[in-house]
Formats: sequence, C-alpha cells, structure tokens
Amino acid sequence: MSFWLALGLMIALALLLGAILGVAAIRFKVDEDPLVDKIDAILPQTQCGQCGFPGCKPYATAIANEEAEINQCPPGGDDGVRKLAELLGKEYKPLNAENGAEKPRALAVIDENICIGCTLCIQACPVDAIVGAAKQLHTVIASECTGCELCITPCPVDCINMVDVGEEAATWKWRYPVIRLKKVAA
Amino acid sequence: MEMALPGDPAQEGGGVSARPIYRFNGGVHPPEHKLESSGTPVVPGPLPAQLVLPLRQSIGNAAKPLVAVGERVLKGQSIAAADGSVSAALHAPTSGTVTAIEDRLVAHPSGLAETCIVIDSDGRDEWEARTRFDWRAAHDAGDGRAIRDYLRDMGVVGLGGAVFPSHLKLAGRDALDTLIINGAECEPYITCDDRLMRERAADLVAGIRIVRQLLNAREVLIGIEDNKPEAAAALRAAIDGADIEVAVVPTLYPSGGAKQLIKLLTNIEVPSGVRSTDLGVQCFNVATVYTIYRALEHAEPVISRIVTLTGNVARPGNVEALIGTPLSDLMAFAGEQTGTREHIYGGPMMGFALPGLTAGLTKAGNCIIATTPAAFPDKGREMPCIRCGECASACPAELQPMDLYWFSRSREFGRAQERNLFDCIECGACAYVCPSSIQLVDYYRFAKSEIWAAEASKKAADKARERHEFKQFREEREKREKAERLAARQAAAAKPATTADAAAAADDAEAKAAKIKAAMARAAERKAAGETGDTQATDAMDAEKRAKIAAAMEKAAARKAHLESLQGGEAPVAEAMDKAKAEKIRAAMEAAAQRKAARDAAKADTPAQAGEADAASTAMDDAKAAKIRAAMEAAAQRKAHRESLQAAVPVAEAAPAASALDPEKAERIRAAMQKRDEEKARLAAMSPEERAALDAERQARIDAAKARAAAKKESEQ
Ligand code: SF4
Ligand code: SF4
Ligand code: SF4
Ligand code: SF4
Repeated sequence: MSFWLALGLMIALALLLGAILGVAAIRFKVDEDPLVDKIDAILPQTQCGQCGFPGCKPYATAIANEEAEINQCPPGGDDGVRKLAELLGKEYKPLNAENGAEKPRALAVIDENICIGCTLCIQACPVDAIVGAAKQLHTVIASECTGCELCITPCPVDCINMVDVGEEAATWKWRYPVIRLKKVAA
Repeated sequence: MEMALPGDPAQEGGGVSARPIYRFNGGVHPPEHKLESSGTPVVPGPLPAQLVLPLRQSIGNAAKPLVAVGERVLKGQSIAAADGSVSAALHAPTSGTVTAIEDRLVAHPSGLAETCIVIDSDGRDEWEARTRFDWRAAHDAGDGRAIRDYLRDMGVVGLGGAVFPSHLKLAGRDALDTLIINGAECEPYITCDDRLMRERAADLVAGIRIVRQLLNAREVLIGIEDNKPEAAAALRAAIDGADIEVAVVPTLYPSGGAKQLIKLLTNIEVPSGVRSTDLGVQCFNVATVYTIYRALEHAEPVISRIVTLTGNVARPGNVEALIGTPLSDLMAFAGEQTGTREHIYGGPMMGFALPGLTAGLTKAGNCIIATTPAAFPDKGREMPCIRCGECASACPAELQPMDLYWFSRSREFGRAQERNLFDCIECGACAYVCPSSIQLVDYYRFAKSEIWAAEASKKAADKARERHEFKQFREEREKREKAERLAARQAAAAKPATTADAAAAADDAEAKAAKIKAAMARAAERKAAGETGDTQATDAMDAEKRAKIAAAMEKAAARKAHLESLQGGEAPVAEAMDKAKAEKIRAAMEAAAQRKAARDAAKADTPAQAGEADAASTAMDDAKAAKIRAAMEAAAQRKAHRESLQAAVPVAEAAPAASALDPEKAERIRAAMQKRDEEKARLAAMSPEERAALDAERQARIDAAKARAAAKKESEQ
C-alpha cells in the first residue's frame, strides 16, 4: 500500500515539476543565444569588418558556432583574444596577421575645405557618426566615431583622414610601476 | 600603532573642547616639516607677465572658453563657463590680453598638454565692475539653485586638493546634522590652511556661518589638528558664540581625509559607496569656505589661492598667488636654491612630481615642494612583499593593501575591485610603513586608471553597438518601405488593368485615385508603426543626434577659428570667413530642420502629402505606366480568352475525362460501386445476432479455405 502511495506521490510530483519547468521554459524563453551575446560583449564594436565578417555580431555568431577562430579581431587586440580565450575555455593564440595589426585608436576627420558633400561616407559609416546633407560639408561626430576606417575608401575626393586619438590628461592612465635601475659606480 | 577600540572616546580634544574625539583605523606620523613655512604671514604673490590657465580646473568637465584670442580681459572677468553641472567657471586673475588658447603643459602627473587660456597681463590689475549677488534674498526666497549657480559661475571648487565643484555639495534637500569644516591639514610641509585660519579667522567664520545657513546645518564643527594651536585659538576668538565648535584632533596622518575627519568628530563611518550627506554629514575645506565667503559677500571669483612654497627655497612660506601663475615664477619668488632634484605638487604623501615648471598654478595647487636628495632620500630598492601586515594596520580605509597590491600587480583588477580598491584614498600611509619599500600607491593608481579606461571603452562599445544596430534597423526599414511602395504602385497600376475588359479603358483619374488610396493605407500603416515606438525612437535619436551635430559643428568651427587665429595677423579676415562658414552651417542645419519639419508635418497630415507625392511620381512614370498598362491589358485579354473557353463546358463537367475511358469498363465500375453500397446498407440494417452469424459464416468460410489450401499443399508434396 505504502509502496503505491509513494509511487503515486513521486509520479504526481514529477508531473507537477515537469509542468512548472515546461511553463518556465516557455515563459522565460531567451531569444538570443547567450553565448553570442557574451562574445559580442567582448568584441570592441568597431564594426570594421577586418575579422572577415560584416560586423562584430556576425563574427560573434561565427565564433559561437565554432566557424571562426578567436584571433581575428585586430581592434580588440591581444587583450580581446585573451578575454575570448578565457570565456570559451580555449587556448590563447596571437592575433592573426592576415586580419591586420592592432593599432592605436584613431578618429576620422573630414577636411571641411575639400568635402563636396557627396554623402558616400555617411552611407559607409556603420554607426552613423558622420553628419551632413547632400552638397553640404560633412563632419564626424568625434564621440561616436569608432575608427573603423570604412569611410576612407568611399570618399571620392580623399578628404577623410584618420588621426590618432592620442592621450589627454583626463584619460591618461598611470603606467605600470617600474623600478628604475640605478647606476652603480664602477 | 594606536589600537584603541573603534568608537572609544580616546582623548579629549586639545584641552578646551569637551567634545569626545574618536579614532580611525591606522594612520602614520610622518615628519611634519611645517614650521619652515608656517612662521611667516601670507604674502601676495608676484604679478606675472603671463598667466597660463588650464581649462580643466575641477573634477568633471573642463570649462568652455568664452573669450577669443586678442581679446582684452579685466580682472575677475569670466573667461570660461562651466560645461554642465559637474564643472566650474574660470576667471581672468588679472587684467590683460588673451594671447593664446592652446595646449600647454599642465600640472598633471602625465606631463601631457591640455588646453589653456594664456593671458599676458598689462600690469594694471584692473578689476571688472562687480555687483554683489544678494544671496540672502535668494536664500530667503528658497532659491537655493540661484545661489548654487552663482557659486558655479564664480568658479568655486574644493581647494583642499580634490577640486570638487562646491555648488554640488550645497545641493542639500533636508537639514544637515553636522557640518564639518576641515582645517586638519594633515599632510607634512603644507601650511596654507593654517595661515589662512590664523590670519583671516573673522572672514572664515563669516563664511562658515553662510555655509551653515545654506545647508541648514544643526551643528558645526571645525576640525583642526593639535599641531596648529594658533589657528584653533584664532578661530575660537573669532567665533564669539556657541554656534560653532572648534574640535582639536590629535595629529595623525591622514586625519584630514573627509571620511577620517568625519569618523574622528562624529564616530560615523561612511561605508563604501555611500555619500556622507546621506548620513547627515558634510565636509568643507577651510579655504573653500573662505572663497565661498569672498564670492557671496564681495562678488570675488576664485582667481587666487594661498599656496605653500617650501623645501629647497630661501624664503619658505605661503603666498597668495594668482591662478595661472607659472610655477617657475612662484619658485623664483620663494628664492629657489640650487640642488633641487624635482618639484612636488601637493604634499609629499599624496602629491606628484611635476613634469615641468612652465605649467600654471591651478586651484588644486596647495603646495609646491622643491626636493633635494638630502630631504627626500631614495626609498630603498623595492623588495618582495613579506606579508608583514604593517600596511593593513596603517591603512585608514581599513583595506588590505598587500592584497590590493598583489592583485593590481598581477592585473587581476576584478579581484582588486572586490577588495574595495576604490575605497583607497591614495593616502600613501601603507607605502610609508612598508618595510619592503614597495610603492604601493603607484600600483593602486595604475589599477584604478586601468579599470576606468576599461569601463570607458566598454561604454563606448555599448554605444557603438546600439548605434550600429539602429543603423541596421533603419536600413531594413527603409528597404521594406521601398518594397512596399513599389508593391503598392504595382497594385495600383494592376487594378484598373484587370477590370480593363469590363470598363474598357479606366481613365487616368481612376488609376490615380487607387494609387492615392494605396499610399494612404501605407502612410497610415507607417503611422501606426510609429505609435508603437518606432518613430518615437527615431525622434529621440534625432534629438540626441541634433545636439551632437550642433556640438560637432561648433567644434569644427572652433577648430577652424583656432587654426586661423594661429596664422595670426589676418584675424578679422579669418573671422569673417569663419562667420560665413558658420552661417553656411547654420543654414544647412536650418534646411535640415525644415526638411525634418516638413517630414513631421507630412506624418501628421498624410493624405495630402501622400497624394502629392504620388501625383509627382505618376507624372514621372507616365510613360512607364502606359507601357505597363498595355502589357497588362494584353495579359487580361489572354486571361479573358481562357475564361471564355472554360465557361463553355461547365455542363459536361467530368465528361471529357470520362469519355477517355472505355464505356464498358465504366459500367462495370458503376455496378461494383453500387454493390458495395448495397452491402454497406445491408450491414447497417442487420441486428447484432445477424452480424455475429455473418461473421461466424465468414470465419467458417475462411477456415474451410484454409483447410482446402492445406490439403492441396499436402497432395502436392
Ligand atoms: S574585426 Fe573586431 S571590431 Fe572589426 S568587425 Fe570584426 S569583431 Fe568587430
Ligand atoms: S566616421 Fe568613418 S571611421 Fe568613424 S565610425 Fe564612421 S566610418 Fe568608421
Ligand atoms: S607592509 Fe609591505 S611588506 Fe608588509 S604586508 Fe604590506 S606590502 Fe607587504
Ligand atoms: S593608500 Fe590606500 S591602501 Fe594605502 S593606506 Fe592609504 S587608503 Fe589604505
């Protein structure tokens, strides 16, 4: 008797919990692949396409599907590869030279005296960092430019240049402390 | 190390005050070296030939210049305005001419250049006409905001070294329990606050009363270390009342830290991530209170400060120097001697070595020390940490400096942060006691700036992602709309064509009407989509974008102006050109705004706009439409022909197919079908017994057949 009772109870419990899990799975469904998002969070969002994919998200998806190596993003640099390796439990590898080299962050600057207002760069910019209307001079919103260089080639009059952001006192970073070697009197 | 229990009144402050003084954890006793500079009164500083004023004079945003190169400015004139709320204005410390707005070396450990306004003084030191701000009336009217804005525009920032804009600290909502005036001045060598308290006690007390009134504070305490008895006495004499209490605290570095002084005087520990205001306590440095007084009662902006010049100089002492005075001028004024190795800006514990003396004095500059190898001997070689724990018992923030050091060194910033790295006030007490001579604070500064940089780039990446996604979304929407437009146009063109046969030739008006209807539907759809947040998002983005555009354009214009000003000589021409360009930009922006307005209007009253648009498009595509119509007509004719063929046969529905079959076969099939139907009907009519009988009969028949088959098999074998 008690055996049947126990069995019945267990079955009832199993069904109940199963139902709860089922409902939860539907209710709290995660639409996006969390791994893709995690990878995407590490990528620098420059959207430059140097990795061979049309943007960071596609590259993240490819990494998640094991279709791409983790060392193809030059703007992310060595640090980025390390972070990806840590996230995915993979071996670190140096940046793939085919994709390009890590560069200091730069900013696109439009020479306002040459710009003919063709709007080609506006269409190329992945983050809408260029403003201007047809036949009006265009300018780059410095705070939005990711430095992807995608606007350089479309410009018919070559008036866009990349300038290094450089360092400002406000964003300056303290260096890793180094101990100065002292000269010893010979 | 003092090991009194926390919360234990350890000592009565300095004899006179009956107030219990509590203790904070740790602390150190570095040699004070205050007597060198504290003995002589404050002297007015030199009037330099040129002043270099960095635009970044406070925490937060750098000020925005209000003057142009070549402009004459008067003493006290506002030359740069606060940019946003966390910022403060900047004023001309003397009269003269603005000769440059350019990057100059600033007093910053990085040794980088930052934008500075350079003023050549004319030696007249001519004040701008000033009018006193009636802060009392504003206060009585409950207009705290006006007072705060005034202080921001007077450039009042914390002069204790942190240069936090003071107006932000006055934005209290409720009454404050305790207002603490910080006169501890715990760092060695520095005596500027000491001299200020001694010499200007009356003004200072007046200032304290103002701040108290602004904050509606119940209790006011002035915290002074017991190595400054003259200052305490001067203040007591000036107070002349019971509303303000002078509390003397034991000399122990860093008792002048805000959190440490709060703990000393009130026994309140401000936990990590909590502002002291939330606990009813607010802390102001004495020099800051003094400038608040000068600003509110004398309409004097912050254009000078008292700075201690000490170390390897002939006349160590305190100087009231104009902000922007080149540091080399100050050192020369104090009679710098040969043999100086470097100059420390701030105290020896928390200050930094100056990258050069061409930089101008900032509001943060409370002290400059010329060091010699004798006074500042090299701290031996850095040795490995032996985990002796000395640093932890010295740390006033109750941290574990050796752990922070370990994680900062190995770049495990996350773990350093978990151990409250950001509670470290960089006081240097830990490095001071470390027997291994580890420059611990350098590691913390390194770790902090790395973490800040990582956070900043993360934020930038998130913004870029958002913008990129929005662009993709926008492109998709545009594509979809285009496709819809095309489909609608085709549909509109097709409609009259299909009915072409019935109404021989639909005239243009009808086609147009259909098109308009389609366009209206489309527009309505778009509007509906807009109501679900679509266009709202766009509009929000637009507003943001517009602001950014304006800023970017302004910057571009400024850049240009600056460039042209560099070329010099032809300033008016450049200005004119610039104006023209600015005009152009404005015109462009206006045009854009108009376009946008038009678009918005269109959204609001779609039918007219849609009709117009389509009228235009019809006109354009007339030829094409005609061609399409012709083709459609042809197609319709073909279709009509096919239909007429079909319409002729409906009577003999299945006949053509059936006729293909053999009539005899058809007959047979029909018979079989009939038989099956009869059988079914019979079965349905049967009673259960009958059906059972039938089944039995069938079974018997099957059995018989089986037997027959078996027999046959046997006979064959
Ligand atoms: S290379 Fe890096 S930054 Fe550029 S698109 Fe690919 S993932 Fe993004
Ligand atoms: S402005 Fe040029 S470099 Fe900057 S984000 Fe846009 S396309 Fe890239
Ligand atoms: S005082 Fe220096 S040696 Fe001692 S535990 Fe701290 S860091 Fe290590
Ligand atoms: S520098 Fe930081 S860790 Fe070191 S004693 Fe001061 S607060 Fe503590």
